[in-house]
Amino acid sequence: MIEAKNLTKRFGKQLVFENVNFKINDGDFISLIGPNGSGKTTLVKIMMGLEKETSGKLLIDKKQNIGYVPQFRNIDLDYPLNIEQFVRLNLKFTLSPAKRKQDNETIKRILEKTKLTQLKDRPLGLASGGEKQKAYLAQSLLNDPKILILDESTASLDVEVKMQLMDLVQELNEKYNLTVIFITHDYELTKKYTSRALFFKNKTLEEVHVSDVSEDMFEMGG
Amino acid sequence: MFGYEFMREAFIASTFIAITAGLVGVFVVSRNMSFLSHTLSEIGFAGASFGILVGISPLAGMILFTLVSSIAVGSLSSESSRREASISAISSLFIGLGILFLSLSSESSSYATNILFGSIVGISSKEVNQLMILALFVIFVFIIFYKPLAFDSFDHIGARAAGLKTRLLSIAFLVTLALSVSIGAQIVGSLLVFVLLTLPGATAKYVVHTVPKLIMVSVGLSLAGVWLGLYLAFVTNWPVTFFISTFEVIAYFLGLSYKNWKLNH
Repeated sequence: MIEAKNLTKRFGKQLVFENVNFKINDGDFISLIGPNGSGKTTLVKIMMGLEKETSGKLLIDKKQNIGYVPQFRNIDLDYPLNIEQFVRLNLKFTLSPAKRKQDNETIKRILEKTKLTQLKDRPLGLASGGEKQKAYLAQSLLNDPKILILDESTASLDVEVKMQLMDLVQELNEKYNLTVIFITHDYELTKKYTSRALFFKNKTLEEVHVSDVSEDMFEMGG
Repeated sequence: MFGYEFMREAFIASTFIAITAGLVGVFVVSRNMSFLSHTLSEIGFAGASFGILVGISPLAGMILFTLVSSIAVGSLSSESSRREASISAISSLFIGLGILFLSLSSESSSYATNILFGSIVGISSKEVNQLMILALFVIFVFIIFYKPLAFDSFDHIGARAAGLKTRLLSIAFLVTLALSVSIGAQIVGSLLVFVLLTLPGATAKYVVHTVPKLIMVSVGLSLAGVWLGLYLAFVTNWPVTFFISTFEVIAYFLGLSYKNWKLNH
């Protein structure tokens, strides 16, 4: 569970948001919406312990067990590692053979979960946009997170590929009770997949049921 | 050729140089630091001539200069466009300084050509021992930091998202890079040490797709280059650096062609 109580963040004199209150239960699939620069990423950074709140409180069970899929990655055509190796990067160092065996099984399981088993030997640089996003997702799932934060992961994808990725996230959400926080500018996806939206407006956060989410909430600067 | 003491020593030294350069090179390439490693070798040249001027060994001068400047670069802006520009500025300054130090010192100009272009005859057994210790230190640091360093080098954004201390890793890496430059310059010269620090790593990238294999191919190409170079230099009396760079460049273009061929088949 994640709970914010009167959470306020300032950078110097500049106010990012104030008096933010919300509660996210285990297994929730929510979207985090609002214009660019409204504080979505800052809030996520506070959840991950990378930024500190100015006042108020954020209660969170296990900070270390958050899987975060960042918005941008620098993967060009010549990127050498294959998909399995890319996912492996997030493994901890070990010399113990037992731990290694366990790691190999974890990798196998995660690749299956994210439907990448067939593609594991493909160089990531040559993978399609959707396959790359799946690989990023797989890597962030490696340390068995209870909370998954997707930072505009669908932004550059075709409609069909977007749906496939979100279907996969939904499957993980339902099967493993994974809490999903989906940062997005996509009205359709918010409507289709999430139960609630946390909507940044006028320097604070409103909680909106998905049936009350309207298209104008996604207008830039709105 | 192993009948000659200097050849035996050059051979041992080059083997250690090739292993460290091949290993470090994989990370130089994946961190997009080819240009920086070039600059560090120029800084190394200035350091070596400084060493001659003040009467410490050229190697010590090199290590001093490359270490200080690599840490300085590490604390510069991480924005890459600005980093490129700052690096060119620093590099120009240090070439100028290197030339100044050399002209102020009383050593002959052949000393300067040795530093710049490398030499297989200039290395003493004491220097070979120093090289070995430094090379082993670099390898040791790599073993310790291998996992997080690989994560940060092959997926910097992911590593940051996973909460790794990427700044610290970057400085640790730059220190090993500075040492590798100083070690490598002893045989291949400061002007071309970056050949060993970039080309084998870049070639490997076109042929294999896992971190351990990248390291193996890069170290292999680096070793093949220096061994062949030493042999041909011994036989022909031509400069060793010429053979090493030619070999690595050919390997690079073969690797690139292989990748393009594979893309179309």
